[in-house]
Amino acid sequence: METSSHDVLLVGGGGAALRAAIAVCETDPALSVAVVSKVYPMRSHTVSAEGGAAGVIGEDDTLDEHAYDTISGGDWLSDQDAVEIFVNEVPRELLRLEHWGCPWSRRDDGKVAVRPFGGMKKMRTWFAADKTGFHMLHTLFQTSLRFPIARYDETFVTKLLVEDGRVCGVVALELKSGKVRVITAKAVIICTGGCGRVFPYTTNANICTGDGMALAYRAGGPLKDMEMVQYHPTGLPMTGILITEASRAEGGYLLNKDGYRYLQDYNLGKPQPQPVFRSMELGPRDRLSQAFVKEMAKGRTIKGPYGDIVHLDLRHLGEEKIQARLPMVRELCVKYENIDPVKEMIPVRPVMHYMMGGVHTDTNGATPVKGLYAAGEAACVSINGSNRLGSNSLGELLVFGARAGKAAAQYAAQSAMPGANPVLALGADEEHRIERDYLRKSAGHEKIVALRTEMQQAMESGAGIYRDRGSLEAAVKKLAELQDRYRAIAIDDHSHVFNTQLVAALELGFLLDASEAIVHSALRRDESRGAHQRTDFPERDDKKFLAHSLVSRGNDGRPMVSYLPVTITRWPPGKRVYGEPTDGGHDSH
Amino acid sequence: MADTIVIEVARYSPESDGAPHFASYQVPLRKDWMVLDALNYIKDNLDGSLAFRWSCRMGICGSCGMLVDGYERLTCETRLIQFQPGPVRVQPLRHFPVARDLVIDMSDFIEKLNKVRPWIVRKDTTPPAREYLQTPEQLGNFVQYSHCINCMLCYSACPVYGIDQRFIGPAALALAERYNLDSRDQGASDRLDVLSQHDGIWDCTVIGECSEVCPKEVDPSLAIQEFKLTATKEWYKSFLMPWGGK
Repeated sequence: METSSHDVLLVGGGGAALRAAIAVCETDPALSVAVVSKVYPMRSHTVSAEGGAAGVIGEDDTLDEHAYDTISGGDWLSDQDAVEIFVNEVPRELLRLEHWGCPWSRRDDGKVAVRPFGGMKKMRTWFAADKTGFHMLHTLFQTSLRFPIARYDETFVTKLLVEDGRVCGVVALELKSGKVRVITAKAVIICTGGCGRVFPYTTNANICTGDGMALAYRAGGPLKDMEMVQYHPTGLPMTGILITEASRAEGGYLLNKDGYRYLQDYNLGKPQPQPVFRSMELGPRDRLSQAFVKEMAKGRTIKGPYGDIVHLDLRHLGEEKIQARLPMVRELCVKYENIDPVKEMIPVRPVMHYMMGGVHTDTNGATPVKGLYAAGEAACVSINGSNRLGSNSLGELLVFGARAGKAAAQYAAQSAMPGANPVLALGADEEHRIERDYLRKSAGHEKIVALRTEMQQAMESGAGIYRDRGSLEAAVKKLAELQDRYRAIAIDDHSHVFNTQLVAALELGFLLDASEAIVHSALRRDESRGAHQRTDFPERDDKKFLAHSLVSRGNDGRPMVSYLPVTITRWPPGKRVYGEPTDGGHDSH
Repeated sequence: MADTIVIEVARYSPESDGAPHFASYQVPLRKDWMVLDALNYIKDNLDGSLAFRWSCRMGICGSCGMLVDGYERLTCETRLIQFQPGPVRVQPLRHFPVARDLVIDMSDFIEKLNKVRPWIVRKDTTPPAREYLQTPEQLGNFVQYSHCINCMLCYSACPVYGIDQRFIGPAALALAERYNLDSRDQGASDRLDVLSQHDGIWDCTVIGECSEVCPKEVDPSLAIQEFKLTATKEWYKSFLMPWGGK
């Protein structure tokens, strides 16, 4: 067993992790910081974000308007103190990325350009064409190289080590050698992204398997608002590849089988030729995905080989605009659908995109477990409430990545290094578990692909865009069965070097925990709010559920759900209004 | 159209194989499948021990570069059907040590990336309170070089890197040039010292295999030629003005 030690350890290598690692260096240069990630950092899923990152920059815009859009977009489940911190700090963070070289798209006068985005009342979304996440990630990665940040690339964390209620490091599998490593640390920050792979159709990359969520959950950290699962209204049908909301912000239309802009039938405003803020195609993602399901029920969608679709029409934008503002959308359509959006309509359907829920943290990224922090999609602060607005997640990973890095650094500077002996014993236990339950196991007969497919089907039918008690209870039962069968998982590959089947088996274990957290919290929330739509409880219920769900692992290993009140500062719960003239929420103050 | 196609995959396990060999797998031939879908079919249904990297399956994470039919490609965006009737060979990228099966060891590139200082270098220590102004034209000067996804196809295609692995290589040079040409950067002279240390760039013959295989339309070959020009100018300056050409 290899061992090493750092003051602060980042689990994950995407945007939040790299921003946090830099924040640790800047907070206290004397600290040793390391990033441990199952992929090279620039492979992380931040790379796939397209449309942009919101932060108030325009003279006609205000922080309060960004806050109101975020809170109303989240159907009042956001913690408003966290939202106020977020909108206040995100412009500075985006500016830092500019200083670090992010190739933001520009206006003719050289200033950073902004574009409209769904659910946003003003133009405030910074963008780098339609590869914003890619450029942010590579800028952060390349900038991180000038800081003394140690890296464990392609090293898969299998367990958080906890001793006396305090996190003291991780056990990780170095893929290249197959060696088990114990990395001790005073503070650990989880930045492992989401768990989209619990669903069959998702924009998420293969690596989005909820690792950090499950690691924290197993270590005693509760998961918050896990029932809040975002479907993006425009994914490609077979692959689930994301077609950015920016394509609608630039003027794209959503059309049903009759070529009709059907969103006008769903309380989202009247169609105009040009995009209108908080209206029609620029409504929030939850409402647009729900409208698709209702349109399908009316028989007005189009049958395709991978389920029903509608059309995203960009043709009227013209080649020049598409090429300048949406080059990646065009590239993806040509490569994956064999169509050119300059001349043809894009087939799209809602696909699972983002977890509003995640590891429960405060506004400094701290979890209830001493020494454990989280940021980015893996975490739930919560600014996104029950529905995240497009372009708030890239800003979130910067603001709360930086805050978690700073808080973890300050904590680590005052803490003693955990004792080596108990940590090594815990590490040896984990090494033994991996050998016994996976590599050396001969009795297994359950196939990874079968369990994964059954899990994804259970999630799609049980906890999709619309849910009810019956569908969720069926999913709860199915997942409990899959957890049982997982114990008999079969591994054909018994070698150590780059054993991707072992990784897939361990990831499946994480996915199953994340799935259970989702369905158990969804089953108990007897209301409809944002992305959580219960057909048996169609109304929002602020009396009972103006509260975050918290899922913890009970002594019997089963999920237990409790609640935590939402923090309201200046915006009492109101009605979400889209498609009608509003004045940015000032009437709600 | 046939229902199936045979894929010959290069297999190698350092724990059990003396040398790489090919294994053949018959997979469904579906018109909307990429080569990556076929590899996943093999892994899920035929042989769970096959090792390869992939993640985003949308051509942006840079993980799944391999040789398909002898040619450098991202397998997630390479249609299987073009290789019918088959068989089609899938191999690891050239010029890198093979860790296992289709997985290369790319640690050499990771080290080289550090050396070109791929970050904004400024002589002023405190950045302004607002953005550095940069016109769309100034952005256009470098932005194509910023599209590199580090997929390593260009290293696999590069004849110079194939002969001399000390060559810093196309992607790293393109990234150096990306920062050199960025109007916000002041580090070009620092990078010049590092880059001109080794003769590799002078061996590059403008054939441009790197630019040809790039899936993101980056032009590393152009970066190398631009860089040679700058290096030559600097050399002449230091020769003609030894008191401070830089």
